[in-house]
Amino acid sequence: MIQAIRMLARNKVGFAGFIGIVLFVLVAFVGPFVVPIDKQTRPNAAYEAPSLSHPMGLDFQGRDVFSQFVHGGRDVVVIAFLTGILTTTIAIVLGSLSAVLGGRVDSIIMGLVDLWLGIPQFPLLVVLASLVKLDNTILLAMILAALSWPTLTRAIRAQVLSLRQRDYVEAARSLGMGTRHIIFNEILPNMMSYIAISLIFGMTAAVYQQAGLAFLGLIPFSENNSWGIAIQLAWTKGAIFFRGSLLTIMVPVLAIALFQLTLVSFTRSLEEAFNPRLR
Amino acid sequence: MASRAVQPNLVPSSPVEVRPSHSGLRTVFENYIFRRVIKALFTIWFVVTITFFVIRLMPSNPVELFIQEQMLQYGISFQEAKDQAAALFAIDLNAPVTTQYVEYMSHLVRGDLGQSYRSKGTQVSAIIRQFLPWTLFSVGLALTISFVLGISLGMVMAYRRETWIDYLLSTFASFVSSVPNYLIAIIIIVLFAVQWKLINYTAMRGSQSPGIPVGFNLKFLGDVLYHAILPVSVYVLTTVGSWMLAMKSSTVATLEEDYVTVARARGLPDSRIMTSYVGRNASLPLFTQLAISIGFVVGGSVLIETIFVYQGIGQQLLKAISQRDYPVMQGIFLIIVISVTFANLLADLLYSRLDPRIRIGKEEPK
Repeated sequence: MIQAIRMLARNKVGFAGFIGIVLFVLVAFVGPFVVPIDKQTRPNAAYEAPSLSHPMGLDFQGRDVFSQFVHGGRDVVVIAFLTGILTTTIAIVLGSLSAVLGGRVDSIIMGLVDLWLGIPQFPLLVVLASLVKLDNTILLAMILAALSWPTLTRAIRAQVLSLRQRDYVEAARSLGMGTRHIIFNEILPNMMSYIAISLIFGMTAAVYQQAGLAFLGLIPFSENNSWGIAIQLAWTKGAIFFRGSLLTIMVPVLAIALFQLTLVSFTRSLEEAFNPRLR
Repeated sequence: MASRAVQPNLVPSSPVEVRPSHSGLRTVFENYIFRRVIKALFTIWFVVTITFFVIRLMPSNPVELFIQEQMLQYGISFQEAKDQAAALFAIDLNAPVTTQYVEYMSHLVRGDLGQSYRSKGTQVSAIIRQFLPWTLFSVGLALTISFVLGISLGMVMAYRRETWIDYLLSTFASFVSSVPNYLIAIIIIVLFAVQWKLINYTAMRGSQSPGIPVGFNLKFLGDVLYHAILPVSVYVLTTVGSWMLAMKSSTVATLEEDYVTVARARGLPDSRIMTSYVGRNASLPLFTQLAISIGFVVGGSVLIETIFVYQGIGQQLLKAISQRDYPVMQGIFLIIVISVTFANLLADLLYSRLDPRIRIGKEEPK
């Protein structure tokens, strides 16, 4: 454990990203138990400046912005992790199947990939959101993963194809090891850095899409509105046009932007941790 | 799949034939450009078909919903409502689904996408003709600027690597490419327009100022560019980073190639090596990314155009969705798919022009 952290700490930018992710996860999952949800509207105190009791001021209805920030993180973080893991799993399975089995399976999977990549994802999501009610986090994560697996699948197939030619894989094969052993014990461990980094980028894509849909008003409101919905509310209720409302709109905007930045920075640590040549 | 799955139906492969034959037909099918065009057409056909069946066969599909709504709202009979729906969606609802599909496709091929049912009597194709050019213009302009800028800066980073300018540009690039484009757009408006009053956002909204006649003159073009500044700069800002980083690593790899060393040994001027040896070869792999980038930027236009009230196809798509105007929604979605597919095709063809290995190779380029 300590060794792992020391390894991550070798790259300063990456370690900052790692700490950022830990902080975001803490805010999203522990924060709601510490900071109570603020549902009380105070119409005469709209856009009140930050004070001790309301460290980030009040929104257009006079609700606490800090409480919304704490409670809005969970959906974003959950969507990011779920979509990232789902996408990566689909891509690993299809990509390595495609590379190892070859032939007809390969043509079918790669054909699907080509087809899928040709469809602009965000418009498709927007159209889907108008037909299906996206109030379920898991359903949304599944839809996002169903749209975003192709790029990674293609990349993993290419990686497996090139790793298959390596000497140690040839050696394992000549020793009579089965296909499963070759995939899981020889090829996949050598792709871990690539897979981990792709997982992170899958997470950023999911955050982009989820917050984008929420900003367009295509994700229904819930008990704890995610940061995307907070931006949408601030935007449509005119928060951008008041000087005092800067925090109401900028807090969720910066929260998402920072979450993306920490994720992307963390990939630097991953690169070093998994790459024996850099170690 | 397009090239591989469609081909065998067109060219029955004879078991004897191993070496390439010289028949004209065969050469055409082995032609990269031809296969690529077939693939593009297949993608479009696939999306059109899926969209048709989703819209038509979903449990509470828009056509049924529309019929219900008309009956409730205007107290008309089921038959009347159904006739109206048929006219709007340009399909005959009494025919079996397969006949409807054929009918719909034949309308589509002739450019008939049905009518809007919020603004009665407006053809969907007219809406598209009005708004598509703005999106194509702004996205096309932005991608061109961003690609050229990214390649130049990426080369600067590679040539000056490990210096302060490289660190500065790398940090900038990874920063802007990780923040979502619509957040950058919001930040620009909130900070530059509202808080600091540096730009006149209210005048810059939209895609043109009212009262300026459309024409090929300086006043109109200037106005168009003025309104395009904000969306185009957001597109450029959020895409340039990935070009810079990709170009840097590609250039660093190219600089180590033997032909660059040879060119240096031959005493060619550095500027010549930089443009025709390094730049040209290093930028090649970026063209495949261009294809993916086009789809991403056009997709993002739904968000960016909504934020800047830029009257393009993305904003219209959202408008159609919020009004539940399904024929318009369907038509715009198809047009976006078609534009992106053709843009991808163009990027790939350009790539095959620049890299002769693709055209000659019979296997897939990847």
